[in-house]
Amino acid sequence: MSEKIMSKPPRLQLKGMTKIYPSVIANDSIDMTIAPGEIHAVLGENGAGKSTLMKAIYGVVKPDNGQIVWDGEVVRIQSPAHARKLGIGMVFQHFSLFETLTVTENIALAIDDYKSMETLAARIKEVSEEYGLPLDPGRQVHSLSVGLRQRVEIIRCLLQKPTLLIMDEPTSVLTPQAVRKMFETLRRLAAEGCSILYISHKLDEIMELCHSATIIRAGRVTGIAVPAEETAGSLAKMMIGRELPVCAREKESIDGEKRLVVKNLSKVSSNQFGTELKEVSFSVRGGEILGIAGISGNGQQELLVALSGEHIVADKESIQICGEAAGNLNPDERRNRGLGFVPEERLGRGAVPGMSLTGNAILTAHRQGMVKRGLLDFGKAADFAKQCIRDFTVKCGSKDDPVNSLSGGNIQKYIVGREIQQNPKLLIVSQPTWGVDVGAANMIRQAMIDLRSNGSAVLVVSEELDELFEICDRLVVIAGGRVSPSVNVHETSKEEIGIWMSGMFPGGPAEVEPEGMEAAQNEASHVC
Amino acid sequence: MDFDLFIHILVAAVAAGTPFVFAALGELVTEKSGVLNLGVEGMMLVGAVSGFIVMAKTGSLLAAALCGMVAGGLMAGIFAVLTLTLMANQVASGLALTIFGVGLSAFMGLEYTSIGLPGVPEIHLPFLSDLPVVGQLFFSYNILVYCSLVLFGGVSWFLYKSKTGLLLRGVGESPKSAHALGYNVIGIRYLAVLFGGAMAGLGGTYLSVAYTPMWVEGMVAGRGWVSLALVVFATWRPARVMLGAYLFGAITIAQFHVQGFGVEIPAQLLSMLPYLATIVVLVFISRDQNIIRLNSPASLGITYHPDM
Repeated sequence: MSEKIMSKPPRLQLKGMTKIYPSVIANDSIDMTIAPGEIHAVLGENGAGKSTLMKAIYGVVKPDNGQIVWDGEVVRIQSPAHARKLGIGMVFQHFSLFETLTVTENIALAIDDYKSMETLAARIKEVSEEYGLPLDPGRQVHSLSVGLRQRVEIIRCLLQKPTLLIMDEPTSVLTPQAVRKMFETLRRLAAEGCSILYISHKLDEIMELCHSATIIRAGRVTGIAVPAEETAGSLAKMMIGRELPVCAREKESIDGEKRLVVKNLSKVSSNQFGTELKEVSFSVRGGEILGIAGISGNGQQELLVALSGEHIVADKESIQICGEAAGNLNPDERRNRGLGFVPEERLGRGAVPGMSLTGNAILTAHRQGMVKRGLLDFGKAADFAKQCIRDFTVKCGSKDDPVNSLSGGNIQKYIVGREIQQNPKLLIVSQPTWGVDVGAANMIRQAMIDLRSNGSAVLVVSEELDELFEICDRLVVIAGGRVSPSVNVHETSKEEIGIWMSGMFPGGPAEVEPEGMEAAQNEASHVC
Repeated sequence: MDFDLFIHILVAAVAAGTPFVFAALGELVTEKSGVLNLGVEGMMLVGAVSGFIVMAKTGSLLAAALCGMVAGGLMAGIFAVLTLTLMANQVASGLALTIFGVGLSAFMGLEYTSIGLPGVPEIHLPFLSDLPVVGQLFFSYNILVYCSLVLFGGVSWFLYKSKTGLLLRGVGESPKSAHALGYNVIGIRYLAVLFGGAMAGLGGTYLSVAYTPMWVEGMVAGRGWVSLALVVFATWRPARVMLGAYLFGAITIAQFHVQGFGVEIPAQLLSMLPYLATIVVLVFISRDQNIIRLNSPASLGITYHPDM
């Protein structure tokens, strides 16, 4: 194979690619070479500049400097249409689909050479089945699961017969089983001669799939490697510049009282494209971390707004906080009873973007003696903010900086810190480390573990299985609006949780309402 | 109520509803692309006065209609430059456009307020127009009314059958996705806004040249606002816009007759009836949340900044 690669010009060569934004150098003279049929990993932390580089190749972003050599010829890629004409296809991390249109209509907007909607639909069916990613062309995209939406994106690319396929963090929305399936498709594409640029920060995936890897840190290339010959540790060192940190925790959880009890909670989603909660039951004790695993869009949002009090539920007994029926309480009343809550959206729901760090501290921490006779004690608030910034190493100019001037990871550290510093009896955190770099993620996880060891109850909703297995004592899975029985982390495996995530658990949607489940999504046939 | 009167009301309803058909279908296309143009009233007024002036000077209906469309389109062009190129707020710009249109049309029409026009003759088709009932119901209108029906067919076909229409709906839902696929979001929105302006202008011309053939300051009298409301309450679907427009026309005509019968209801209350009844009916038939979500353009009124 290597001989064949050598005799042809590389499919794509980047020379000195540079992109400078007002506040940051996203790419600093990056070089990269991809051969035909090669699966090439681009590895880096969030914010390392991977996505910017890919967007430059796909013509969405114009680089300030540098050269793109395509099949031996220097090209200036003007637009995504131009990139597609060259044979470059891209599957975006945040999908570029139109929710109210059908699968066929979505794909029709991306390609030109089709006779009619009917022939295109037939072609979609044919190609999707050929690659083992079956799709129903007539479905509207909003009715599809996230995994199926990604499939639409992939098929849309494949119909354009690309010779280079760019995949930006494609596995973040898939179950481990669906990831396997996608790897098969990618290997087959590579065998057919298509080059693949695979962007990820998941080391195990890259070691399994990719032929070669370029590692990027803070906009610069810090290493080129053959992943199969490296260890996760050595790749991580190139990626973050030091050893991969691990969380320390005591093995045994403390068996405290039940701080959160959810009993037969059913709720219709207020969002048309949302998921209906069906008889959700679970509980969290003081001194333990319960994790809720599941692919996004399976009812997490609905569950979280019900728990936080943003939506009030009809049966007040169905949510009990610290032994008190709380289903009818608003967020403020729930916080008064010892709830701490970190939503998934940092700006907007977690913090007011234009307000200072101190101001944002007051929003939830005013219970810590910051209000006297209706007046604010700014000194106390400032002390609280300063302590939070120090303890959680939040990188910022000062406590008076507006929150939206901070990077995503630092905002997250501050919001989580703000809640933990109030020492809540019950902490609910959604996606604690989304878009947070490895070092900061580790710190947030450690802080949650420490809180639990001090006797608080912690509920974590996350899509990252690795994270849940690292910090949780018990796990439940949410799928199709139903929650599985809980299982001790030591008595289960990622494979089992992965199968549960596709709805196949005792009392899960695959058993209770098999006709409603998307057979294509859960890959049932593939797993069993 | 006798049968002849009923037919008469229906025929009059179509004539009264036609300005709404033009303006609302134009605005529907604009909004489907994700742009909210609140300047319909102003564009209709400028279209009305421009069409009237040309009709009075040349006597050519074609020239008047074209000029009305160009005038409405120019007004929309101002709005498009402000909101799409300069990224100004759509709501504020639309309101300003209406206020500007009220003033401009009054100024343009100063010397024309006392002139009457002969109006536009109904098209008489041999045999068809002479049929009892059917002839009156379907073949007794002027050319502009038939144009509005062609417009309805054209807009429906464009939005739901053509690829450009598909793209327009896509842009209205997710300009970001359309941009990522390599489409020119701003260009498409420009065309949609200009089309909306031209149709509002034509609706205005119909009013001043055919429906009540004269120019009176502010003669559009809120029809632009009603058109805007029709688009929303019809949940952005052309067929329901038509239904709403004719319903509004029918109740407007019917309440005149009710007043004529000497019913003991204050005239002011009866004049409210078309607004109230139309909205209630449309809200009632379109109350399905899912259908509203599926048909309303998700990016409506939100300024789009392409990231580069």
